[in-house]
Amino acid sequence: MLSNDWAIEARGLVKRFDGFTAVDGVDLSVPQGAIYGILGPNGAGKTTTLRMLQGIIDPDSGVRRILGADRPHDVAHRIGYLPEERGLYPTMKTYEAIAFMGALRGLPLAEGRRRGKAMMEEHGLSYAIDRQIRQLSKGMAQQVQILGTLVHQPDLVIFDEPFSGLDALNQGKLETMIRALAAGGTTVIFSTHVIAHAERLCDEVAIIAGGRVPFAGPVDVARDRIPAQVRLETRHADGPWRAALPPDARHEGALWSFPLPDTGVEPLLRALIEGEAGILSLSIERAGLHDAFVAIAGEAAAHALGQPTQEEAA
Amino acid sequence: MIHKGRLSTLAGAFVVARRDFVAILWSRSFIFFLLGPLFPLFVGAMAGSIGAHVENAVDTPQIGLMMAGEDIDAMLTARHALEPALRDDLPDLVVVARLRHGERADPAKALADKSINGGNLSAIISGTARSPVLTGTPGRLAAWQGSVALIAARATGHGPDVLPDVALAPTATSTAAQAHNRVLTAQGGQTLLFLLTMLLAGMVLSNLMEEKGNKVIEILAAAIPMESVFFGKLFAMLAISFVGIGVWALSGAALSMAGWVHIPELVTPAVGWPLFIALGVAYFAMAYLVLGSIFLAIGSMANSVREIQTLNMPVTMGQLMVFFFASYAMARPGSGVEIAAMVVPFSSPFAMLARAAMQEGLWPHLIALGWQALWVAIFVRGGAALFRKRVMKSGPQGTGQKQGLIAALMGKK
Repeated sequence: MLSNDWAIEARGLVKRFDGFTAVDGVDLSVPQGAIYGILGPNGAGKTTTLRMLQGIIDPDSGVRRILGADRPHDVAHRIGYLPEERGLYPTMKTYEAIAFMGALRGLPLAEGRRRGKAMMEEHGLSYAIDRQIRQLSKGMAQQVQILGTLVHQPDLVIFDEPFSGLDALNQGKLETMIRALAAGGTTVIFSTHVIAHAERLCDEVAIIAGGRVPFAGPVDVARDRIPAQVRLETRHADGPWRAALPPDARHEGALWSFPLPDTGVEPLLRALIEGEAGILSLSIERAGLHDAFVAIAGEAAAHALGQPTQEEAA
Repeated sequence: MIHKGRLSTLAGAFVVARRDFVAILWSRSFIFFLLGPLFPLFVGAMAGSIGAHVENAVDTPQIGLMMAGEDIDAMLTARHALEPALRDDLPDLVVVARLRHGERADPAKALADKSINGGNLSAIISGTARSPVLTGTPGRLAAWQGSVALIAARATGHGPDVLPDVALAPTATSTAAQAHNRVLTAQGGQTLLFLLTMLLAGMVLSNLMEEKGNKVIEILAAAIPMESVFFGKLFAMLAISFVGIGVWALSGAALSMAGWVHIPELVTPAVGWPLFIALGVAYFAMAYLVLGSIFLAIGSMANSVREIQTLNMPVTMGQLMVFFFASYAMARPGSGVEIAAMVVPFSSPFAMLARAAMQEGLWPHLIALGWQALWVAIFVRGGAALFRKRVMKSGPQGTGQKQGLIAALMGKK
């Protein structure tokens, strides 16, 4: 049974194309008002999942509920969607394109035009209001499409790889925009193959690999799948204190690293002091989302993740 | 506070149709669309001109003579004398009957008698050379009155400055002739319907391919049901076609008033001109919607222009077969073939328009229009379902669809 407590809830979504299983039993529960990331390498099934959630394509099996509706198009006026393959009519003027996208979601055209112009000005694009889409750079056209996604003030925004194609400056602006949307009560769900964005933005994530979801939940819970790492630097290379370290501890010179023992940091610290390790430094580092991804989805999926560009990593 | 709510299927279709209509209206392709009929008109005019020459050469109209022997001889001599100067403008004269003194002729009966001159008589001259009587259908009387007067003047020893009065005896059009002429009206209607439908269905297909090229299709499919997208595109192109037809009609009327073109006179169809035109518009819309919905379903599943091109030829051949089927059925009223042509959704608009030309009665047309609308809805729903089921592949599995459309049409997974 699906409940109405979630912005999106899906159970057992399956989609096959010509014998290829693109999505293989995906379960998702996206909380209302959250920023939710769908992480996975290219071809993992992220886009197909997002399309099924919105009724663009029908799942072969499984059920989904979006904003309380079993038929996604019943609530299309409350949803904004930026597809991975950006698409705008080349001969349309920018504000007309924004208004058209709003009209598709039920916003009157005149109001869409008014809002479109206002949004362009608000985002520093007033010089391009009367330009045709074909006269814009790819990045600018993408910004226009993002504004078109939001012009009807949706309750749920779905971005498919929203950061690709944007420069570092505009990626930062988009992150700010996403935070502002969530602060205003809008649920934001986005897919990405760059974990840094999800780590900075998301309350919860779903990790997709090979069409399956091995993990879905809060980012902290994902990180907690891996124990914190202890970084220890000692004055003495050897001594009784070595007995306090776990067998899998690795070291480079006097710098040791190992998982934090289940007993916690205090017994470890006591043993190091009593064993005369000569502690120069000791830090406990929480696992990053990337480490969690590797642990959850496996090395192969981690390698399949697109390597972020310098701009994306920034 | 701006009201915003879920768009109905029709409201969604309207948003798409409005965008497409404006975009196409101001595009270069609309100019080419408007110029589209010039090509068949040009070819038709050339063919007509050549055909007319051939027809004149091999099939000169013949007028029968039913007069006293001396008048017949005088008329034949006069025609022979005028021939070097007038050549093709003179009809052939054929002796039907040399009347004895006091014998009365019945030209109308002779004209209807198929055994006389193989039934190939345009008119009959009776009376005398001084006061000839020309019997025939009104159109033919008007065509030959002048020539007959010239021949008669010559026969009586006068020049072209003293022309005798030619008495005209128009014959009523027979039932068979009227039926024959209505077939011509029906054929004209069918041909016009076919040409317009061909022109439009191709355009709607290119429009959808352009949409896929722009990658806007996913935005549309996410916001409104695919049925709305299909209906919107169909309605936009239909509206464009009405604009085009309006432009063509006004241009034709202007050229006709200027005397540059001659609009052929067709016999009044059985349902009358106003209803026939209204039904023509309705059947044109249905023929286009039925065909366009199939084209859209195919276009939406195609991954590339090449796939469309692969299927374009068989689809066009199919259209031609449908046209020929409807034409064939028209010549067999009341037969099983005609009923089949009226029932099959693709040929139904053509067959029913022909019926409107040849038979009275409105209710069969209302039923037919409802039937055709039902099939449009079925095709659009089917196309949309196929789209949601099989299209919009992404990722690595979606890039290598060498036989996507063909496989989809063949039902392969």
